[in-house]
Amino acid sequence: MSGPHRNGTLFLLIPAILAVVLLFVYPFGYGLLMSLTKADGSFSLANYARFFGDARDLRTIGVTLGIALPVTLLAVGLAVPLSYHMRRGVPGEKLIAFFLIVPVTLGTVLVSEGMLTFMGPNGWLNQLIMVLRLSPKPVQFTHDYAGVAVSVGLQGFPYAFLMLLGYVSGINPDLEKASQMLGANKWQTFWRILFPLMVPGIAISFCLNFVMAFSLFPSAVLLGQPSGPQRVIALAAYQWAFEKFNFNAASAISMIMAAIELCVIAVVLAWRGKMYKGASIVGKG
Amino acid sequence: MRDFKRISVRRMTKRFGEKTAVDDFSIEFDKEEFVTFLGPSGCGKSTALNCITGLIPITSGEIYINDECIDDARASVPPEKREFGMVFQSYALFPHLTVRENVAFGLKLRRLAKSEVERRVGDALRLVHLEGYASKFPAQMSGGEQQRVAIARCIVLEPRLLLLDEPLSNLDAKLRVELRYELKSLHERLKVTTIYVTHDQTEALALSDRIVVLKLGVIQQVGSPQAVYSDPANPFVADFVGYKNAWKGRLEALAEGDGALFARVRTKGALVEARLAYPDGDPRRAALVAAFKAGSPVTTAIRPEDIVAGPSPGRASFRCTADLVEYQGQASHVSACIQSCEEERVDLRSASRIAFGEAFEASVDPGKVLVFALPGASPPVGAAL
Repeated sequence: MSGPHRNGTLFLLIPAILAVVLLFVYPFGYGLLMSLTKADGSFSLANYARFFGDARDLRTIGVTLGIALPVTLLAVGLAVPLSYHMRRGVPGEKLIAFFLIVPVTLGTVLVSEGMLTFMGPNGWLNQLIMVLRLSPKPVQFTHDYAGVAVSVGLQGFPYAFLMLLGYVSGINPDLEKASQMLGANKWQTFWRILFPLMVPGIAISFCLNFVMAFSLFPSAVLLGQPSGPQRVIALAAYQWAFEKFNFNAASAISMIMAAIELCVIAVVLAWRGKMYKGASIVGKG
Repeated sequence: MRDFKRISVRRMTKRFGEKTAVDDFSIEFDKEEFVTFLGPSGCGKSTALNCITGLIPITSGEIYINDECIDDARASVPPEKREFGMVFQSYALFPHLTVRENVAFGLKLRRLAKSEVERRVGDALRLVHLEGYASKFPAQMSGGEQQRVAIARCIVLEPRLLLLDEPLSNLDAKLRVELRYELKSLHERLKVTTIYVTHDQTEALALSDRIVVLKLGVIQQVGSPQAVYSDPANPFVADFVGYKNAWKGRLEALAEGDGALFARVRTKGALVEARLAYPDGDPRRAALVAAFKAGSPVTTAIRPEDIVAGPSPGRASFRCTADLVEYQGQASHVSACIQSCEEERVDLRSASRIAFGEAFEASVDPGKVLVFALPGASPPVGAAL
């Protein structure tokens, strides 16, 4: 036996294991069990069958993906060039970071409330549009797709950007110089060297952003039309749990959410593995 | 490779804000020459190298290849078009590419045929003895192997100028020597014009055709390794190449004879005689004559290995007390203070054992002593020493 076992240092893991079990494994297992049972406790797949049989519920998958995927793609897609541009620092960097972090610290509800006023029919944005005669009548931003997407994007973009900035500024600057000395222009250096090295960071920030966006709830309720076009999957789960008091059906929906998220993450990680073979190589560098 | 005869750097200056990193730097490189920029950290040697590559834009000055101006601080050929190769201290291998892909990187950018790329990558890897490593990733290799890949990646493009920025300083002592031998033999076979940056005088002496010694961005001396080693131009170069005993003093006597200049220097602790082989017209000689007339300060420069422990008849000697003895195999490194003057120190090598705290006589062959005039205002005439 080696040292740690004999010394009993493994027991130091107990608080961590307890936390994981109590906060994740148990609730997840309980939810899974609930989703697979009827109200009387007998085993059943009826909750899943009901969801997939109910056109109104089934639609929520498409609705949520329709918001989460494009918004996440856009947030990460903007974060890549911006973080690349700021990798060696730019003047006013702290100010930019400040304005990016503010919406995160304010929370979804406050930001959504603010947007309702700012982007509403009589808000500043529409008043500006009217003054500039860009449109004959106020544009519908709130209580529509655009409002929800902007709100989710505002919340997600700072995470993507800050993560990628940390990633790209950690890449040895000599690599860029070496690529240049070997005859590559800025564009070739970005696509052949920096981008492949950023892939792991892009993949992770995409996954985190997607999971956050996929479980959107307050912005859909406040800024969308929660009864119709922006009835997202989290809202469906909420309605089953707290309006119809069917926790079993609600659990099944949350399991389906988890499965969809895992599928998207699997696709992203497969892409990452294809792009960046070197990542799996361990050794001194 | 476009052929050339000479690369000239003329009055190149680089300022970062108020700080001048490279100051009025002029030098010519002949084709096939191996030139080393030598100096302590912060002397501007790496900045000078990066300015020549174009990676750092210059503030003023010009760089020419033959008669073609590639940089005049206003317009410049970008680094990727200069056909220079650079090897970095950090190796800078692309971690997501295999050894083969790393070496092929520049060739592929030049859109060469696949068979041509294969052949040249194979040749380059053979040249650095890495035949079996083509499909490994950099992280799977040792530092020495990685640096060889970095070298192969440059020479495969047959650059007009190869620049190496402290390429050996991340390696352990044994590998450093091995790779140094290889660099030397590589240069002898390929004859690629090379600029090498280092703070290690052994590397500079072993590899170079010419050495450029730098201090605070200013060239101190340009010369062959022999000239820099045994005939340093000033106290800074002398100290840097190992003349550790720099004692300040005044000239008591200065006389010509037998084509040499005899000097007697009174330092705080000892009287040192020197026979200086400074030729006529040497600025060091003129400065000494001026210092003698003005009574201004001078300094000695003596290598530790030229100081002999034990009395030598007919030579001025001084008594010292050893206060640090380091055994180093062939000889011991002894640091001692001169008895008549506690603050002056003597550094010497001694083959015989000297014990800590032991007092002994030391002397030096006048032919091995260098004397330099020190800059600074001359004291009033007749001032006591």
